[in-house]
Amino acid sequence: MFLDLLYALRRQRVPVGPIEWDALCEALRQGVIQDLDSLYTVGRAVLVKTEGHYDAWDLAFAEVFHDAAPPPEIKEAIRKWLEEPVPGGISEDQVAQMTGMSLEEVKKRFQEMLERQTERHDGGSRFIGTGGTSPFGTGGRNPMGIQVAGGGGRTAMALAEGRQFRNYRTDVAIDVRQFRVALRRLRRLAREGDLELDLDGTVRRTADNAGDIDLDFRPSRRNRVRLLLLMDAGGSMAPHAELVSRLFTAAHQSDHWKEFRYYFFHNCVYRKVYTDIETYRGVPTEDVLRELSPEWKVVFVGDACMAPWELAAGGGYEGDGRVHVTGIDWLRRFRTHFRRTVWLNPDDPRFWNHTTVAAIRAVHPMFPLTLDGLTQALRHLVRPV
Amino acid sequence: MNEANPSFERFRGTARYITSPALRQDVNAAIALRRPLLVKGEPGTGKTLLARAVAEDLGLPLLTWHVKSTTKAVDGMYHYDVVQRLNDSRFGDRDVSDIRAYIRLGVMGRAFASEEPVVLLIDEIDKADLEFPNDLLRELDEMSFHVHELDETVTAKHRPVVIITSNAEKELPDAFLRRCVFHYISFPDRALMEEIVKVHFPDLPQALLESAITRFYEVRGVDGLRKKPSTSELVDWLFVLVRGGVPAQELARNLPFLGALLKQEQDVATVQRRRARGL
Repeated sequence: MFLDLLYALRRQRVPVGPIEWDALCEALRQGVIQDLDSLYTVGRAVLVKTEGHYDAWDLAFAEVFHDAAPPPEIKEAIRKWLEEPVPGGISEDQVAQMTGMSLEEVKKRFQEMLERQTERHDGGSRFIGTGGTSPFGTGGRNPMGIQVAGGGGRTAMALAEGRQFRNYRTDVAIDVRQFRVALRRLRRLAREGDLELDLDGTVRRTADNAGDIDLDFRPSRRNRVRLLLLMDAGGSMAPHAELVSRLFTAAHQSDHWKEFRYYFFHNCVYRKVYTDIETYRGVPTEDVLRELSPEWKVVFVGDACMAPWELAAGGGYEGDGRVHVTGIDWLRRFRTHFRRTVWLNPDDPRFWNHTTVAAIRAVHPMFPLTLDGLTQALRHLVRPV
Repeated sequence: MNEANPSFERFRGTARYITSPALRQDVNAAIALRRPLLVKGEPGTGKTLLARAVAEDLGLPLLTWHVKSTTKAVDGMYHYDVVQRLNDSRFGDRDVSDIRAYIRLGVMGRAFASEEPVVLLIDEIDKADLEFPNDLLRELDEMSFHVHELDETVTAKHRPVVIITSNAEKELPDAFLRRCVFHYISFPDRALMEEIVKVHFPDLPQALLESAITRFYEVRGVDGLRKKPSTSELVDWLFVLVRGGVPAQELARNLPFLGALLKQEQDVATVQRRRARGL
């Protein structure tokens, strides 16, 4: 049964192996895991090592132990009895009386009860209802109870099925902080920072100096990465504005770049890139390509979705009749000038079959703008050419 | 190590530190399994305080190793003061032939050398270099380290209870994670939060407590906040409310001293915008 759990986790792409298995066995042997509830918490602590996988744990746990929970159709059938909890206290005596039942007994009685019960019961001690000491129902106080629906003392299965950690999944959720964490991958250390004491050098030079102390200094290690961020501010990007702004904030706040520059563009890069999207103030794209050395890491952010002519013809929104270079050509020039470029697309990869998306993907490696996608993109950026 | 340990459930939470049952179970699991407990969670959910509470509850001394961006693994073991030795040899003040006099144990070294069991807190492990946790693997596994200058091995007399906190600023290496028991402190729900607040403000009127917590969760629920307020902000805010003598009814209409809850100007603006729209 526990092996099933291990393999269910592996199917959810949680990296568990012999070391985790060993820890789980040890926990069982030590008696730290005694029931389903402690299996849920302690099992999670030894098998799952990031909150990003908590949701996968909930799914795997529910899959393996789903027999321990009331089947959903029963839940549905009796939900109407349980909609309004009945207030009213229960004495400690009654609670104590109820604790003696095992989960198996409780489940068996639950089934019997379901067959016998045909109407609503509240505040009682036997049938399924609310606010009572019966092991079945909601808002009740039986420690061994099966929670049919709603709040109150939660059981492991209710927790697992509640999937409260869904929002921590790394393939969906991103905030500024998570972006910043991801961006730290983008670094190349070089000795060009402030001076620090070089101990080995000091010892060597002192010895050479016949024991007279001779201090040696060397530059500390610093990140060499220069980042160029180019963001699409076009109309079709409006739904993603918040997400892109978070990425921008994260890149801006990260102080570990050697240099950081950002520009905006409309749908595609043309003759000019903008420093301010409201006033259309900008610089010639030509200058950007000339000023920045090929070592700069280039990150485009955009949905790459536009009318085909916007890519094939030049100009786009700034068309002043002097168009020589088409949009796609501009993108190619970025690709040939810089050693490493990536394109982050906030759209779901399912929609990437649009013509212009495919055309741009052929030029710049494209990754989804999720935490996982960003991580892959950054890995691509630091890979040596 | 293989015999069942009947006294595994040792940590129960203390009067000053309220925990969820799941966290207590995980602390005890880590103690029973003799593995480090890695605690992650939003800032302000009491990760560091946990170690203090565990030490207090188990009646053990607490040794804290605050990790900084420049911290190296060896700093925790020992420090060989070579510059001092060079200097002494230059001026002949002291006997420099005894290297031992120039070796000082770090926090982890002291935890290993301690005559009694201790709780060792490695605080904010993610602040250091990416490789830092990997450099600690062997030491945490075998509970010993080697002092090269003396060619001696320091072995832990008693295995310390190791608690490691991380703010998730960097991802931790897989090999390191494998060896830890992991717990993510999720944000306290309302009932737990009321308990926590009562620890800090035992005399708080119930009406004020309830309306403040209700408003706090409302603010936390606002979409688009850059930094969501956490427990420590709530405690600060309540302190200001109590000091300012704000009555509970006032909270129903207004959000006084919002600056104690939200630390970023944009967030204050966001919340005020929502309120203006009647949300």
